[in-house]
Amino acid sequence: MTKPSHLALCAAVLVTAASATWSATAPAPGDPARPLRSVASFGTIRDQAERSAAIFAEAGKVIQSPRCLNCHPATRTPTQGDAMRPHVPFMVSSDGNHGPKGLPCATCHGADNSRTFAAGIASVPGNAHWQLAPIEMAWQGLTLPQICEQLKDPKRNGSRSLAQIVTHMNTDHLVGWAWEPGEGRSKAPGTQAGFGALIEAWVKTGAHCPRA
Amino acid sequence: MGNAVKLKVNGEIHDVDAEPDTPLLWALRDLVGLTGTKFGCGVALCGACTVHVDGLPRRSCVTPISAVGEAEVLTIEGVGKTPVGKAVQDAWLKVEVVQCGYCQAGQIMQATALLTADPAPDDAAIDRAMTGNICRCGTYPRIRAAIHAAAKQRVA
Repeated sequence: MTKPSHLALCAAVLVTAASATWSATAPAPGDPARPLRSVASFGTIRDQAERSAAIFAEAGKVIQSPRCLNCHPATRTPTQGDAMRPHVPFMVSSDGNHGPKGLPCATCHGADNSRTFAAGIASVPGNAHWQLAPIEMAWQGLTLPQICEQLKDPKRNGSRSLAQIVTHMNTDHLVGWAWEPGEGRSKAPGTQAGFGALIEAWVKTGAHCPRA
Repeated sequence: MGNAVKLKVNGEIHDVDAEPDTPLLWALRDLVGLTGTKFGCGVALCGACTVHVDGLPRRSCVTPISAVGEAEVLTIEGVGKTPVGKAVQDAWLKVEVVQCGYCQAGQIMQATALLTADPAPDDAAIDRAMTGNICRCGTYPRIRAAIHAAAKQRVA
């Protein structure tokens, strides 16, 4: 496979400014420094409501990671990267969650992460269901207790029951992307299974929220 | 060696021999021989490589051929045979949009995608849909004018 090398000079001119700003962050595959505590480790908290809130706070390490927050913006504009900078190119969701008319998210984001052959950005993230979260599910700007209350509210959680929230967090493919974000992007803490177990334990213990 | 892959481009089937992760842009330019689609950044930031896949815009530099499958690929060489693409190309000439021209294949493909989805976009809708197509020459005002002209031509 060869690059269209005769175009490389023009390409370099176009990409230089962008790649200087969007240099890849060192990946953190299975980052051992950011594990999730197990459900069992909360067994020493005897008060069930306190245990439930503590379990949710642990799950919040995932919920408030850039991998999740970037597409749960309070505006209709996604952010990107671990620094959660504004998305480039500037995107708005318009009247849906898939980008403006004529420029759907899928223009750049395919069904899977796509490696690149250019310097600076190792891969373009992708998933078959790539989209922004609906505005009522915005997480950016909220505290973890506020997000917790939102997750329990069917008007703000996609009309899901708590059992459906557990299934969603445990098995949804787009949620799972947070642990398979492609080269050049840090993963969410722990694993999807560990995160799902925390959410399930949170619900089983009464779905109590951390205090503000 | 790669694998034998059939690509349907501008209505014709092309047999190419390439690895599944070969970007569609590479296949179009180096294997099919359609060099109208340009390499700009290689990371979907500039829009120069825009083509249509099953009628929707795609940045071909980050689209592996494995993701294309049997889908219909439309490039700048074929877009003029569609009613919307013809209107866009006519408007581009009428308004004299092009300066150096390097980005314009992508601009035309993106503008055609916009007008297919929204036949009468206002300035804000044009800006939203064209924001990912960069032009070093700064032809943006003429691009916007040409899109309006193409929309009017379609209505007339």
